[in-house]
Amino acid sequence: MKVKMLSRNPDHYVRETKLDLHRVPRNYDPTLHPFEVPREYIRALNATKLERVFAKPFLASLDGHRDGVNCLAKNPKSLATVLSGACDGEVKIWNLTKRKCIRTIQAHEGFVRGICTRFCGTSFFTVGDDKTVKQWKMDGPGCGEEEEPLHTILGKTVYTGIDHHWREAVFATCGQQVDIWDEQRTNPICSMTWGFDSISSVKFNPIETFLLGSCASDRNIVLYDMRQATPLKKVILDMRTNTICWNPMEAFIFTAANEDYNLYTFDMRALDTPVMVHMDHVSAVLDVDYSPTGREFVSASFDKSIRIFPVDKSRSREVYHTKRMQHVICVKWTADSKYIMSGSDEMNIRLWKANASEKLGVLTSREKAATDYNQKLKEKFQHHPHIKRISRHRHLPKSIYSQIQEQRIMKEARRRKELNRIKHSKPGSVQMVSEKKKHIVAVVK
Amino acid sequence: METVPKPGSNVPPKKDRLQAKKKKPRRYWEQETTGTAAGASPGPPHKRKRSRELRPQKPKRNDTSKKFRISKKPRELKSPGPQRTFSGAQDPFAGPAPVNVEVVRKYCRIDKSKELPHAKTKTRSRLAVAEAQEEETSVRAARSELLLAEEPGFLEGEDGEDTAKIRQADIVEAVDIASAAKHFDLNLRQFGPYRLNYSRTGRHLAFGGRRGHVAALDWVTKKLMCEINVMEAVRDIRFLHSEALLAVAQNRWLHIYDNQGIELHCVRRCDRVTRLEFLPFHFLLATASETGFLTYLDVSVGKIVAALNARAGRLSVMTQNPYNAVIHLGHSNGTVSLWSPAMKEPLVKILCHRGGVRAVAVDSTGMHMATSGLDHQLKLFDLRGTFQPLSTRTLPQGAGHLAFSQRGLLAAGMGDVVNIWAGQRKASPPSLEQPYLTHRLSGHVHGLQFCPYEDVLGVGHSGGITSMLVPGAAEPNFDGLESNPYRSRKQRQEWEVKALLEKVPAELICLDPRALAEVDVISLEQAKKERAERLGYDPDARAPFQPKPKQKGRSSTASLVKRKRKVMDQEHRDKVRQSLEQQPQKQEAKPTGARPSALDRFVR
Repeated sequence: MKVKMLSRNPDHYVRETKLDLHRVPRNYDPTLHPFEVPREYIRALNATKLERVFAKPFLASLDGHRDGVNCLAKNPKSLATVLSGACDGEVKIWNLTKRKCIRTIQAHEGFVRGICTRFCGTSFFTVGDDKTVKQWKMDGPGCGEEEEPLHTILGKTVYTGIDHHWREAVFATCGQQVDIWDEQRTNPICSMTWGFDSISSVKFNPIETFLLGSCASDRNIVLYDMRQATPLKKVILDMRTNTICWNPMEAFIFTAANEDYNLYTFDMRALDTPVMVHMDHVSAVLDVDYSPTGREFVSASFDKSIRIFPVDKSRSREVYHTKRMQHVICVKWTADSKYIMSGSDEMNIRLWKANASEKLGVLTSREKAATDYNQKLKEKFQHHPHIKRISRHRHLPKSIYSQIQEQRIMKEARRRKELNRIKHSKPGSVQMVSEKKKHIVAVVK
Repeated sequence: METVPKPGSNVPPKKDRLQAKKKKPRRYWEQETTGTAAGASPGPPHKRKRSRELRPQKPKRNDTSKKFRISKKPRELKSPGPQRTFSGAQDPFAGPAPVNVEVVRKYCRIDKSKELPHAKTKTRSRLAVAEAQEEETSVRAARSELLLAEEPGFLEGEDGEDTAKIRQADIVEAVDIASAAKHFDLNLRQFGPYRLNYSRTGRHLAFGGRRGHVAALDWVTKKLMCEINVMEAVRDIRFLHSEALLAVAQNRWLHIYDNQGIELHCVRRCDRVTRLEFLPFHFLLATASETGFLTYLDVSVGKIVAALNARAGRLSVMTQNPYNAVIHLGHSNGTVSLWSPAMKEPLVKILCHRGGVRAVAVDSTGMHMATSGLDHQLKLFDLRGTFQPLSTRTLPQGAGHLAFSQRGLLAAGMGDVVNIWAGQRKASPPSLEQPYLTHRLSGHVHGLQFCPYEDVLGVGHSGGITSMLVPGAAEPNFDGLESNPYRSRKQRQEWEVKALLEKVPAELICLDPRALAEVDVISLEQAKKERAERLGYDPDARAPFQPKPKQKGRSSTASLVKRKRKVMDQEHRDKVRQSLEQQPQKQEAKPTGARPSALDRFVR
């Protein structure tokens, strides 16, 4: 007879002294871990609930401007520095860590229309209603010195926007036409126009740095190549586009913030159909900015809210609003991808977390592991109705909520009418037009 | 292993110089290996050895990395590798540790045979990624089995010897003192036949006698926690989620005691309870009563979740399926019905025996169910969908009590005898031919349970309690986060909080516990259909083929039509082929039995 009994030495399973950690032997055999899926589901449900509990995105409000904030700019070399231009011509430089204004310049008479920093972070440019382009040093003036711009260019027309090249000493302004300037000269290197309307914004492509995009009030988006004298192509939409923003990771993708409450993500190689139509806002979208990862962007709207959209989704994942925030004019996503800044009509700049329930500060490794695990679980069970409902639930101000309902009814009525038209006309004579193609009027090359 | 050829040997001078060059950056450890290796065997000259070593290594590495992606990492972790190769010594265990495919399959969770209908390319690629990750994790989990500390027990007879003939006394004599102490008898003739229950960690034992004797003890150290007499008949006894709470089914009502023997609750809504089962992950106490009701009591909030009328008279046979928390009830008409609190009707009804069912047991994998009936038969059923008997055996007396161990041993109590059957391997069902062990007790068996994580079978009988040694019954390696027999009070408290946080709701109990992670194809199709109806067209439908205009002259209208027609014809042909493939099955089903007659052609 050969016999072996299971006989464990307790010393191998309990800690020796009270100072030790408890011993936890593991066995991953599935029969010892029954109900794996239901338990994970419950964990995911709890994690989703906790996420909503801890969703406190608002961090700080930077006040000090005496008029509405019209434009924002990030400093490419310093995460803590932010520049803002107001409607009374004042430019302020903020320190985000201290949440204080560190410098104030009376830059223009009338609006500051545009502001941008040089790629090296040593100086910045502003354009204003007084038909000037000014270059300023990032550091303040020394003791006894006057606050004066480095250079001032007097133009013939009002400039409405400015953007700096990402690598070279070249910047572009827009107004009646798109001008490309060398920093050393007082005249533009070249001016490009297509049509006769005022252009509201111009943006350099961060990857293919010779490319520019602009949007004008005659409802079109025009793309330029700096090396050519003429524009590349343009797409005409139903309504005016306010701004565009290039994807910092995919050179050929850009997103346009439109007056018709939607945002359109275009592939610049095929402008006739947008890659995605992002709809959730209930009023004109005024500004858009990509996260540095290129996976998400934030949009500011006239409906007093900002929304975060994933690039490949048509609905927003997040909406931020406060009682006091008025029409949001400008929005920026910080370079560390963690925060969002919004400048609004009622003279404040607000700082938000990009991920509403994220814990700020240094995490211990166990905290990190737990959040990662919960994140994965939420991802795994995101389509379950109960979890989906909780994670999608947002409290909205009454005005936005009722507008959403109203617009839903309107949309439904339009769709019904279209269906009826198809039904009662000769088969094939009226076609169903997809949402993506509906808003594109023409593409011109 | 390096041996430097002496300058005098007949090697071409060029090579000699090369070797002299190589010899320069020698380190002490290389010299050491030279000494020992050369001493062991004066091998072939240096250069040949090198080439032989290096060549087979390369394809090997490619091979392993292709098979298991993660194999790269442990390789990279072995940093002293390159130094050793300088010395010429070879890693005897190159590459990642080998993994048994069978073991990997045990950890595999995705069923690749199921295909999703009309999955989009994006979804399909995402699924492919998930599958690859799944494979990786299962390989890792399988590899981690190397770290398991304990080996399962066993009992083998010498050639020809029948293990069933081996008596408990022999086993006790043969094993070590600690194990021998696990065999004991409690002589409690006074308070009649006993029911018993081990706690989930296997550390504590509670028993209750028919005449009201209730006791709980730490049976390993033999420390008594409490001993009371409830002055009422005790039908069944059960630990709740931890050893601190005890549920006792008494003559009238269900009572809950703590480990000091203090009565905490008297649940009057559960009356005349005959059997108790506790579902640890749902915190549900299932009670079967004389009145024919199956009642689920949520012990975390104290609410009755469901009270189901089984409509089959007195319920006295109940067990739980530990795999999916479905309750199995045995009835006097020979059926076994499977219940979940979410349904008013039984999920399944299986006709198992002629005459009443006496006992039911389900193994820990949820694959097999053993039943015994008044017809003296012991049957083993397959629970994976078919519910068919796998094997049957007629016992002279018929088994009154059945229990499965963690490793799949089946114990049956017949009168005052306990028989235990074992399978060939761990996952296989017990073969009912030869018993593995038998034991005769001093009284009639009234309760049976294998102790979790110990090779012990607890038997409650009319003469008291007997703790039998059954080598190879229990899972040798416990998981410390799930149920730890050696846990401290603090650990238990922490575990309790975590377990309560992830309490599974009672509605999720169903036959397949993994159903929650699978795609609900039926409602998906339904939603698609509704969407198409609402929109007035199917947005996922394939657009009709539109030929692309070709270059220069080849794009005439005729050729366009021709191309279009070609594609249409191909599609039509595919459709016809599919319908043809389906037809013969129907035809085969029709003619059965009689010879074909000439008049068959007129049959419609």
